[in-house]
Amino acid sequence: MVNWEAIAERVEALRERGSGMRRRVRGWQHRVALLLAVVGPGLITSNVDNDAGGISVYTQAGAQYGYALLWSLIPMTIALYVTEEMCARMGVVTGKGLSDLIREEFGFRSTFFVMVCGFFVDLANVVAEFAGVAAAMEIFGVSRYIAVPIAAIVVWVLVLKGTYRQVEVIFLIACGFYATYIFAAILAKPEWLIAAKHIAIPTFHFQASYLLMLTALVGTTIAPWQFFYLQAGFVEKKVGPRQYRQARADVLLGSITCMAIVFFIIVCTAATLYASGQRNITDAAEAAKALFPLAGRWAGVTFAFGLLNASLFAATILPLSTAHVICEGLGFEAGVDRKFKDAKIFYSLYTLLIVVGAGIILLPKAPLWRILIFSQVGNGLWLPVVVIFILLLVNRRDLMGEHVNTGAFNAVAWVTAIAMIVLTLVLVYTAIFPSAAGAPLGG
Amino acid sequence: MNLYATELVGSAAFDAQGNFVGRVREFFVEPAEAPNRVSHYLLSRGKYQPLIARHDQVASVEPGKVTLNVGERALREYVPNESLLAVQKDLLDQQIIDISGRKVVRVNDVEMAEQRANGNVELRITQVDVGLPGAVRRLLQGLPSKVIRKLEKGLPQKAIRWEFVNLIEPDPLRRLKLRITHEKLEDLHPADLAEMMEQLSTAERQGIIASLDEETAAAVLGELDRRLSTQIVEKLDPEKAADILEEMAPDAAADVLADLPKETSEELLDEMPGQEANEVRELLEYDPKTAGGMMNPEFVFVGEDSTRYEVLAWMKRQDEMKFEQLDTIVLVDPEARFSGTVPVVRMMLAGDDQPMKELKAEPLLSVGPMADDKEVFELFDKYNLRTLTVIDEESRPMGTITVDDVVSQLVNR
Repeated sequence: MVNWEAIAERVEALRERGSGMRRRVRGWQHRVALLLAVVGPGLITSNVDNDAGGISVYTQAGAQYGYALLWSLIPMTIALYVTEEMCARMGVVTGKGLSDLIREEFGFRSTFFVMVCGFFVDLANVVAEFAGVAAAMEIFGVSRYIAVPIAAIVVWVLVLKGTYRQVEVIFLIACGFYATYIFAAILAKPEWLIAAKHIAIPTFHFQASYLLMLTALVGTTIAPWQFFYLQAGFVEKKVGPRQYRQARADVLLGSITCMAIVFFIIVCTAATLYASGQRNITDAAEAAKALFPLAGRWAGVTFAFGLLNASLFAATILPLSTAHVICEGLGFEAGVDRKFKDAKIFYSLYTLLIVVGAGIILLPKAPLWRILIFSQVGNGLWLPVVVIFILLLVNRRDLMGEHVNTGAFNAVAWVTAIAMIVLTLVLVYTAIFPSAAGAPLGG
Repeated sequence: MNLYATELVGSAAFDAQGNFVGRVREFFVEPAEAPNRVSHYLLSRGKYQPLIARHDQVASVEPGKVTLNVGERALREYVPNESLLAVQKDLLDQQIIDISGRKVVRVNDVEMAEQRANGNVELRITQVDVGLPGAVRRLLQGLPSKVIRKLEKGLPQKAIRWEFVNLIEPDPLRRLKLRITHEKLEDLHPADLAEMMEQLSTAERQGIIASLDEETAAAVLGELDRRLSTQIVEKLDPEKAADILEEMAPDAAADVLADLPKETSEELLDEMPGQEANEVRELLEYDPKTAGGMMNPEFVFVGEDSTRYEVLAWMKRQDEMKFEQLDTIVLVDPEARFSGTVPVVRMMLAGDDQPMKELKAEPLLSVGPMADDKEVFELFDKYNLRTLTVIDEESRPMGTITVDDVVSQLVNR
């Protein structure tokens, strides 16, 4: 009889000996891997900020004031980072979305109010994004009646048929396409030294239109819905407190790249439109067209492509995020991994946002201008509410434990919040009463 | 008649003499006494200290009006009490686990039924409302309840009976006081439980794992998303964590430990019994995307010359090992080298004296520990395998990869 007890021992001994195999990746490679596992929500959210409305405003800023507004990018980066970081922290520490937390801490009615307002503001934003798609495609000679329905279908299918990972990869690639603005800027042959000087040294003009442009810059860069998306992104990626540092790095990276793109857009238009005296540009598509004779065909094409990319990108994320947030807050099942019959409300909301958003653009006499203004006014009015909710929640020790805001951080955050609120309220005021501004403002 | 918490909150309370006492602001349940009975009513009266009415002091309850059967002087002043479950604060808007539907849901409203006792009325919680009617009531709270009831008529009902409601309380002390157990969760399939836990907050997940028995906790951790199971283990008391890891399959335990900082995983491994810890340590050496990273070092192997009878007799003596999932037995030659595998079905059909080597499956398949996962998938696909043996350079078996390892690797790619 074979003695398998002995064999077992021998196998055991051999096993222990034979383990000098490939080691796990350690050291810096490990650290890079850790960061890459977390990167995404912050980078994506900040870049989606540069949507159709945003690009229009940056274009006008460059066309009207040249390099003079560049200095504002640094305080804006800080404001973006500070507000986004709080949401990232909440998501990472509590493992819950922003609307979940609002529901649990402030009850049903507050949540309902936030969700209803959010729905309409986001819907206006979706319309603005499809308007961006239409404008960009018209530069390439494609009618909006072809471009917008195709874009709507692509967006709808992409999100419903893709997995979270696939969609995120596509989103990260879309972030990469923002680099087209770098090329557009280089092709425009700007004066880099003057641009650098204006970044470092603030120049202040106490003119109504200058202040207004400054306000518009801030208002379009920090949109209220992005906080929900950012926090949900970290929750969905299951980023835990131990990876908080990587999450924070992601948010910082996002804020900086977002502002870098704004920098290139302003530089591009400053070097061309401002320099040649075409200062009354009202939107990004017009700017792209104006670039053709000034900086050559490629500058115009890359500029228009950037607009298309940004609009499509935001048109994908906004409806999804909105449907998610609403269902989460009101307790309906949500998520693209659910079947239609389990999450009817989620899918209906998502589809409704896209169909209505794209549909309005196709109406022959659609009041696009009014919708763009409404989306900005809506963002402006809604932002203070959301930021105050965030500040109240992030200071709750029972939720955040040791991760509540420190005194210094709170001071910075409140100053940022109040400044943002004041600026956006100014923007709302001038958008409703355009005569107060003197100069037209794009959506 | 059914009553809803939203209808009753704000009701005026009158004492036995018909004097106004205050307004109902909260209902408490004392789970230690009766799991579903509203035991105390909180009556607020402006700037004065709120009062508490006990269930046996309440004569009648209807929307808008609560009548007591005692005078105001008989009521005590309110003192916060951790062992009382507050319907509004602890239940409304919070997530609960619906045991019968195996889902995490959010509570919109709480439904109660009145029950007459001698001389007083008791409210019993019957179910929690998680559907649209509850949402409508919350939104319109304050309007006359008749109006609201008319409006919500026809909306699809969605409610969960109170006995199927499992509360989630992250604070272990409070859990004890409120008699919240997770025993019922242990009857659910670990995969269902894991899926539900993904929707909860970090603290809630932690609370659930900490209160489950080790075996269930291990099964759930094995099913959870790897990032989450790592987060949970990291925060557990090391002794408890080691106990749970010990219950897990070594490859699943290695997955959890792989993402922890070195010191933490070493500490946990030191807490585990030597044999189990060594197996896990060895697995940690391999990249998870190789055969070595996928394999389970706990497998059944016997000498190729042994007979079916001997093998069965040996298996019967091993009460420690779990053969539930066993479908293939690995054979080794007298030099302890891999010599083949025997499907359990073949063994069932063989005669007692038949040597194992005569039952070998063809062709003879194995991979080295460094083989990448794609190679493993191809082998499983081509030969319709259930189990694949991993061997070292001297062709000694080191572990086996089973089809469920392949499936989870494919899903997580």
